[in-house]
Amino acid sequence: MELNRRQLLAGAGKFIILSGAARAALDGDASRYNAAEHWWGMTIDVGKCIGCGNCVRGCAAENGVPRGYFRTWVERYQVNGEDIEHPQVDSPDGGFNGFPPRHEAWAKSFFVPKLCNHCADSPCVQACPVGATFDSPDGVILVDEKYCVGCRYCIQACPYGCRYLHPTKNTADKCTLCYHRITQGLTTACAEVCPTGARKLADLKNPADPVHEFLRSNNVQILKPYMATRAKVYYKDLDGAVR
Amino acid sequence: MGPAGVQGFMYPNEVELQWSVLIVLYPYITGLVAGAFILASLSRIFNIAAVKPIYRLSLLTALAFLLVAPLPLQLHLGHPERSFEMYLTPHKTSAMAMFGFVYLWYLLVVLLTEIWLDYRGDIVRLAQTHRGPMKWIYAALTLGSYHVSAASRRIDDRVGWAVTLIGIPSAFLLHGYVGFIFGAVKANPWWSTPLMPIVFRFSAMVSGIAAVLVVYQATTRIRKKEADMLCLDTVAKYLFYVFLIDFSLEMLDLVHRMYESNESFRALDFMVHTRLYFSQIVVQIYLGTLLPIGMLAVTQVVKLRAPIRRVLYTTAAGLTLIGILAMRWNVVIGGQLFSKSFLGYTTYKMAFATREGLLPTIALMILPFPILWALLKLLPPWGEQKAT
Repeated sequence: MELNRRQLLAGAGKFIILSGAARAALDGDASRYNAAEHWWGMTIDVGKCIGCGNCVRGCAAENGVPRGYFRTWVERYQVNGEDIEHPQVDSPDGGFNGFPPRHEAWAKSFFVPKLCNHCADSPCVQACPVGATFDSPDGVILVDEKYCVGCRYCIQACPYGCRYLHPTKNTADKCTLCYHRITQGLTTACAEVCPTGARKLADLKNPADPVHEFLRSNNVQILKPYMATRAKVYYKDLDGAVR
Repeated sequence: MGPAGVQGFMYPNEVELQWSVLIVLYPYITGLVAGAFILASLSRIFNIAAVKPIYRLSLLTALAFLLVAPLPLQLHLGHPERSFEMYLTPHKTSAMAMFGFVYLWYLLVVLLTEIWLDYRGDIVRLAQTHRGPMKWIYAALTLGSYHVSAASRRIDDRVGWAVTLIGIPSAFLLHGYVGFIFGAVKANPWWSTPLMPIVFRFSAMVSGIAAVLVVYQATTRIRKKEADMLCLDTVAKYLFYVFLIDFSLEMLDLVHRMYESNESFRALDFMVHTRLYFSQIVVQIYLGTLLPIGMLAVTQVVKLRAPIRRVLYTTAAGLTLIGILAMRWNVVIGGQLFSKSFLGYTTYKMAFATREGLLPTIALMILPFPILWALLKLLPPWGEQKAT
């Protein structure tokens, strides 16, 4: 078949347009992700957590968290109202397999999921001697494992016990808020598998995000506010006994 | 049931201690360096003739320990091959990032310069009198300068005096800085106190003076010489008074914590009475502080014969060194035994023949002594200096 000049130009035009569209489709959301448009955090409704451990298992599976270490975990509190400063707390294997039955007649009992608080003024970022731990422009605290020297000062500096030294990589490790997922338009693994919706990813820069209504209409607290870290994990109805 | 060795509740990632016995060794060794140097420098700046016999010995002791000081850190790092990143891209907000620079400043600018200026005359003489490989080593140490006229030695002395003057705050900086690395961790109430750098400085002076006292007595005994009693008496007196200041500061910290009794106090108090009882109450306070202070106090108020004073000084200094080591242990290990939830306690399981185990720690503790031996051979500090 012979092509005249008009057919050649038309064909080339179609090719350029179609291949461009295909490229955009293949790249998906990543190419459109603009870190400056987001400010990530998480909301946790303490009353909804049933201590099933799905989030702990989901996080471990998604992120390859080594057994015995935790990017997220669940604590069970049993609080005697008359001695609020000394609650009974347990977290067998971080709540990985849920919790064995236990109830003290005198106590109120509830579960508290924990994870990195992705603090806006994070002590771990401040402490890192080489800048391997850093805050991303969209408010997530990340570790560059190719740069971390493994001094563990960040682990000492975290008031919440959210960090550990990865036993095979020998670098600091922690919750990334599933950065590889949220930059693709997905939610975190822990929020994805939570059967009660106790945990929800929150984009504080998105005016349409339900987090704003959550913060406006609930009794909301962060962990250890006296540490002045500007934590971004917001707990609904957090008991004063929680550490 | 919780993990083995855990009592109460720990955040799950807290069960394993992050800073091992190697990190106990690090402030211990830098403390010995700073203390030995300050002893030497103060005697030079204030021209205290009685301490002259140990001036050079103190400097060489400081150098021997300083050369070993970064090794425990290096061994401890998860990626030691990346440690140079702290020099190339230091993170300005980190209390730890400046250690390399403080260390290099102290090693290269202060200590080596002061030793070289003080020894220059000897080095030139040794380079001219030795043969074979030693001649070349001394020739290299002259750095090409063979001017040892009275005028040039006067210049050495003046510059050395200035370096010493800079060196005193530098030595304070070195160990105060190490204290700041701990004191600036707001998440940890056992560490987080502005007194930490000051306590570290004074405990450094205590341990450094004690170390020089022991090294001086050991070297005179090995050399079958008579120790200079005036020098020993003076150094022991310094040890006594600096120890009193150090102990007062630690007691101030303790009384302050007890009186405030804030949210962490119950957990820390429980820890001191259980897991830290032996290392803190028995070894650090009774054996390593009160007993040596008492022994030194006796020598200050009772007239004793020289051999008895020597024995008391050596014993007190030895106990002091054990006490300060226990203090470093209680700071570093103690600060990780309790949960930041203040609801539980973990146990430190020290390994033996691993990278961060007891064996390399003992090896690193011994290492400064062969280095010191080599330095004493290379640059004999004895001369004919006598207390006047």
